[in-house]
Amino acid sequence: MSGSFSVFARELKLAWSGGGGAALPVGFFAAAASMTPFAVGNEIGNLQIAGPGVMWIALALATLLPMERLFQADLEDGTLDAYAGSGVGMEGIALAKTLAHWIATGIPLAFIAPVLWIMLQGPPEQVLFVIGAALVGSLAFFFFGSIGAALAAGLRRGGLVIALVTLPLYVPTMIFGAAALYAAAGGGDWGQPALLAGAVSLFGIATSPFAAAMALRMAID
Amino acid sequence: MSGAGASSLALEVENLAAARGLRVLFEGLAFRVSAGESLELRGANGSGKSTLLRILAGLTRPHEGRVRYSGAGPGDNEEAALHYLGHLDAVKPTETALEQARFWARYFARPQDVADAAIKRVGLANRKSVPGRGLSAGQKRRLALTRLLIEPRPVWLLDEPTAALDTEGRTLVMQLVAEHRAGGGMVIAAVHGEGFANSRILDLSALKASA
Repeated sequence: MSGSFSVFARELKLAWSGGGGAALPVGFFAAAASMTPFAVGNEIGNLQIAGPGVMWIALALATLLPMERLFQADLEDGTLDAYAGSGVGMEGIALAKTLAHWIATGIPLAFIAPVLWIMLQGPPEQVLFVIGAALVGSLAFFFFGSIGAALAAGLRRGGLVIALVTLPLYVPTMIFGAAALYAAAGGGDWGQPALLAGAVSLFGIATSPFAAAMALRMAID
Repeated sequence: MSGAGASSLALEVENLAAARGLRVLFEGLAFRVSAGESLELRGANGSGKSTLLRILAGLTRPHEGRVRYSGAGPGDNEEAALHYLGHLDAVKPTETALEQARFWARYFARPQDVADAAIKRVGLANRKSVPGRGLSAGQKRRLALTRLLIEPRPVWLLDEPTAALDTEGRTLVMQLVAEHRAGGGMVIAAVHGEGFANSRILDLSALKASA
């Protein structure tokens, strides 16, 4: 137990000290969303149709960016061997690393989301909901992404593999999360799709450490 | 120190075979190592020394055969309490030497001063606030050695522990191994060149030639 917890604390520190791990995904997210009015036109109607969907897609793709390095660095420098050889469960390591990286990157993404929401002409009274939705959604994206990250850890340029493995797993969160955002933008009832998105996130947190651990054990074999 | 209460410590290997792709590295390998012993793995590059160590550490699954530790874990646990030091040093570029040693102390639930003492013991006391990327290859190896000192474990699996080390560093490794054996621990190491004092030797190249 102390093993996983110390790995969590270390990863959190490394994510922030290593030149700002969150900067690239946050920058990508902001750039994608702020380009949207130029691409779809800034008429109110257009943005209200495209805005929430584009924002949700941009969030999903932004979470893919840090995935390639999630386990790769530890595999390359032998840290994963040291973890595995010391008898601490790989599941705990995968959970600790993914959670730490979500805190370092997912939370900043969620807190920039309201700015983009306003930029895409979403109703300002829903910003708290948007933060919540982005937190829940990015949690699912990070944990499902960790499966792809673990499978591709041993590959050079594994980014494509990560995208291919992970994007199908992103679909339920994509559907329910975007549905909730559209409901919030239209002043409708967002409760049900938001709850379903939350359920998908919980499922991802509960299952993906086991899948990722299995993939990591194969990677060091 | 490490082997206290582990007098029945033993490693038994039966009919072990390993393959990399289609190439058989070794087969029918059987040996036994007991408490206080060291076994040097020798052989040409690519003869399977590292693979054997990884199998003994439980990182790689053997093609055939089995590895059994007794008296190495807490109670009758089959899972051995071991240290595996591969040829990668598991050194993080941005953390200082002391931070990394202290991380491993937290990881193994050991007090922090154990990490400080280990840093001093491996001769990194005056380099302890240098980040990993500023350490030389030999210093990184010394930092990896601190794991052995931070958490006492009966079984040490070392892959070329003296690689990149200077004369003084080699002497340090020899001392650590001798102390560990005197305390009832066992050491299995892939070695080139100078070996440990009165150690058993397993030559993987010779094994293949005779097979």
